[in-house]
Amino acid sequence: MRRLLNTLYVTTQGAYLAKDGEAVAVRVEQETRLRVPLHGLGGVVCFGLVSASPPLLAACAEQDIGVSFLSEHGRFLASVRGPVSGNVLLRREQYRRADQPEARALLCGCFVQGKIINARTVLRRFLRDHGDSADAPAIASAASSMADMLDRVARATTEEQIRGIEGEAASLYFGVFDGLILTRTRDFTFTTRSRRPPLDPVNCLLSFVYTLLAHDVRSALETVGLDPQVGFLHRDRPGRPSLALDVMEEFRHWLADRLVLSLVNRGQLNPKDFKRSGSGGVVLADDARKDVLVAWQKRKQEEVLHPFLDERMPIGLLAHTQAMLLARHLRGELDAYPPFLWK
Amino acid sequence: MLMLITYDVNTEDREGKTRLRRVAKLCLDYGQRVQLSVFECEVDPGQWETLRHKLVSTIAPEKDSLRFYRLGRDGKRRVEHVGIKEPVDLEGPLVV
Repeated sequence: MRRLLNTLYVTTQGAYLAKDGEAVAVRVEQETRLRVPLHGLGGVVCFGLVSASPPLLAACAEQDIGVSFLSEHGRFLASVRGPVSGNVLLRREQYRRADQPEARALLCGCFVQGKIINARTVLRRFLRDHGDSADAPAIASAASSMADMLDRVARATTEEQIRGIEGEAASLYFGVFDGLILTRTRDFTFTTRSRRPPLDPVNCLLSFVYTLLAHDVRSALETVGLDPQVGFLHRDRPGRPSLALDVMEEFRHWLADRLVLSLVNRGQLNPKDFKRSGSGGVVLADDARKDVLVAWQKRKQEEVLHPFLDERMPIGLLAHTQAMLLARHLRGELDAYPPFLWK
Repeated sequence: MLMLITYDVNTEDREGKTRLRRVAKLCLDYGQRVQLSVFECEVDPGQWETLRHKLVSTIAPEKDSLRFYRLGRDGKRRVEHVGIKEPVDLEGPLVV
């Protein structure tokens, strides 16, 4: 099985990444803070004023190490990838399916089913652990409505119908999301999803973790030779990694949202870990950002059972596994794409 | 798997010093220096064959020596560090 490769996150402003032998050296004011051999790395994510030498970028491109540049607060800016690798026949098939309404609808259905099933599991898990919460009745009714939505997705024939149900499920889920926040409810409240910019700490955390997830999913798709920009559920838009957003749907709630909830509910973040930026948005303070990155990396090392493959694997490898299963579906080896279902 | 590599390179002559630099550089390409002349490298079997071959062909066997310790897949657990200069866990979260 594939080894879980590590991701290097550079948040120190003014840092310079250089190639030192077959390793990346993170230098801050001429001093090497960290040196990591390239062979153990799967990605490098840079926040804000971080620069990298061309020889390093070339070495990363050659070894399939995705380098992403984000703004200081985690908005995606650019990424550096090597020449497109993988099988051109696979990509051609991806484009062909993306042009066929039935094939699109089939894949939209798979992504949305995965998303709703996992959202429902998140809610039901909450009810199991905190059944006495004041919001439990609302959460229970949201969870049971999601069961109906799953039937409707299974019967839907067009992608528009599926998108509609996905929207309903998302608003239902975020409608009860505030109930999942247990502690410090006065500091951390959730009313509605806001982004670009996120307007409160919880939305700020969600957006930040979604960006990290998007980096990982995008890299995984590129590694198996799929084009991350040509999606099925998300329509084409210049610069948008639509396929990465499609595959992310099944991960958002159980992986990203639950990480945010556990950081908040365990009191690992305080209101003073957030700052208001000039544009009225809320951003993470430097130390808190590091805490979130560490929590994210640790979560990726936890093992889960992949129900379709019946194999235990670190969470960090799931994006690769799902990209591989999607490629197998496009090659005709699997009748449908099996989303990852969290148990 | 985690490999521990130690070496003695005779540096009485100029070639010896070159060999010492080369051996250290090779180890650094695959892992990190944990003490003087002691390196830990997390490698897969293929990478290990490459690294081993490069190391063996760099030293002069009549003057230098290399020692390889195989710590295995869960090698990290078999290591305890006491005192200064605790090395970075390259498998753990890397946030600078």
